[in-house]
Amino acid sequence: MEQNKVDAEHSLIKPQTLEEVRTMIRTHKRNDFIFSSIGLLTITFALLTLLILFVDLVMDGYPKLNYQFFTDFPSRRAANAGILSAWVGSSLIMLVTFITAVPMGVAAGVYLEEYAPKNWFTDIVEINVTNLAGVPSIIYGLLALGLFVYTFHLGQTIVTAGLTLGLLMLPIVIVSTREAIRSIPVAIREAAYAVGATKWQVVLHHVIQYSFGGILTGIIIGMARALGETAPIITVGALTFIAFLPPAPVTSVAPFISFEWLQSGFTVLPIQMFSWLSRPEHAFHINAAAAGAVIIMLTLVMNGTAIWLRYRIRKNIKW
Amino acid sequence: MTTTQLKDPPISKRLAKNIKRNFIERVIEIILMFAALAATFITIGIVYILVTEASGFFKEVSIIEFLTSRQWSPLFEDAHYGILPLISGTLTTSFVALSIAIPIGTVAAIYLSEFASHKTRESVKPVLELLVGVPTVVFGYFALLFVTPLLQKINPDLPTFNMLGPGIVMGVMIIPYIASVAEDAMRAVPMNMREGSYAMGATKFQTAIRVVTPAATSGIIAAYILGISRAVGETMVVAIAAGQQPTFTFNPLEGAATITAYIVQVAMGDLPHGSLGYQSIFAAGMVLFVITFVFNILGHMARKRFAERY
Repeated sequence: MEQNKVDAEHSLIKPQTLEEVRTMIRTHKRNDFIFSSIGLLTITFALLTLLILFVDLVMDGYPKLNYQFFTDFPSRRAANAGILSAWVGSSLIMLVTFITAVPMGVAAGVYLEEYAPKNWFTDIVEINVTNLAGVPSIIYGLLALGLFVYTFHLGQTIVTAGLTLGLLMLPIVIVSTREAIRSIPVAIREAAYAVGATKWQVVLHHVIQYSFGGILTGIIIGMARALGETAPIITVGALTFIAFLPPAPVTSVAPFISFEWLQSGFTVLPIQMFSWLSRPEHAFHINAAAAGAVIIMLTLVMNGTAIWLRYRIRKNIKW
Repeated sequence: MTTTQLKDPPISKRLAKNIKRNFIERVIEIILMFAALAATFITIGIVYILVTEASGFFKEVSIIEFLTSRQWSPLFEDAHYGILPLISGTLTTSFVALSIAIPIGTVAAIYLSEFASHKTRESVKPVLELLVGVPTVVFGYFALLFVTPLLQKINPDLPTFNMLGPGIVMGVMIIPYIASVAEDAMRAVPMNMREGSYAMGATKFQTAIRVVTPAATSGIIAAYILGISRAVGETMVVAIAAGQQPTFTFNPLEGAATITAYIVQVAMGDLPHGSLGYQSIFAAGMVLFVITFVFNILGHMARKRFAERY
């Protein structure tokens, strides 16, 4: 009786004979093979799609990608139009963004990792930073429109756009600074304290120095993102047709530096591309493709540098 | 000899030096704290601006009309203020995008984490990260001038501005993101769990599906949620290729404006500050912010829960 019951239970387990076991192993091995083929195909498919899209873009824009394209202002005639005001605008805005976001982001990251006490307040700041990184960029645009343009009356200018992108970039810098600092062993800090360094000395001479590569990675990735952002810049009121350059930051008369350019109207590369793209004529679409190729190249080079830098840091880590 | 030369300064002087040093330390700490607070101020600023501008809007428009009317035409003579058409546009494009990005992203993540050789993984991962950084306006170009014409060859009735093309492109755009985050989650599952499974005679596929994936569930869900949040907040692709006409429809073959596309459309024009049309973009923005905020918090919680387990 008892034996029968055990047998009955055993018969529920599928492979009974050696032949069945072999079949089962074969099936499972086949499943393994099928899935790994599907996986490889999926990844190849996804990467290939993106590659085709990029190649298509570069091919479309190729006839326009010459020296003139970079030195011409936008024009009503597609053949004469270029991206001079766009790349100058982008560079100046990146400068403002860099100056605002980097010191603030690094300082915030250092505070949260090295100084902040573990309490509810720090938790709130932390959740905040994570959440900010996920807020759609157009919301930053609305913030900037309400705050910088109409509350602080900064106008629809380079300084407004730079500050907006600075806010957008801030969480990225904070997160990467924190990650870089976290990887430094406590022993380094203890050694510095042991010879009488103050907290700030430890931070300045050791923590920031050793995490510099990681922080730099975050800064480059953030700058690349700011460079490609379109939506928030549209909401703060970028112009789509600009046939002048902002006043030069360096002048020939004393004091040789002018800040008038901060108050200038502007356009940036992605906006220029967007405005060409919204026109019905095919000739402007070619310009858009050429501008897109320039944007892709710039962001790929920046992100590539950042990834390579991080890879090198990981490889050369000393502790 | 040397001891006489290195004679300590009087005690008051040393204390004065200490006080000065402590003071500087304190000042620096406060400066750093304000930098950290800036992040909080941004959130407060966003909420403040959205609420004040939108409250002007809601003085003129009842919340009930805003949430239930099926027409959105704030800029026309015959103005209607129902957010539903914008929400339906947002949901439809996001749905198309996610029905592409989630399956492909998951399969890619499982493959990279469990099947791919070390070399493949190390070369594909950076490429994924590179792709995450490509500006979205470029993807708008693909949607309008590559994918939609391609779809029109299959279905000639498809309008130039439709939700299917941008949805597909958004999906392709989000694949690297979901794959990258989900792969990180699977990598974080401890090796000994896999080894245990292999020791019982399980194959790679069985281990991946029955051991690694369940263990990494919350991390994978976090990847999905962050993907959803990205799709909902995506602006340029839909603004360029999905059309600007708010239509209450869930049919991806039609064109319709999303919340983000509407904001862009209004911002491109020159509406006077304080007008109802100007305030309407803040009301729309508030809806968008609330939706993505909820998803971000959910994603953050899922991620944190995952991080705590391993």
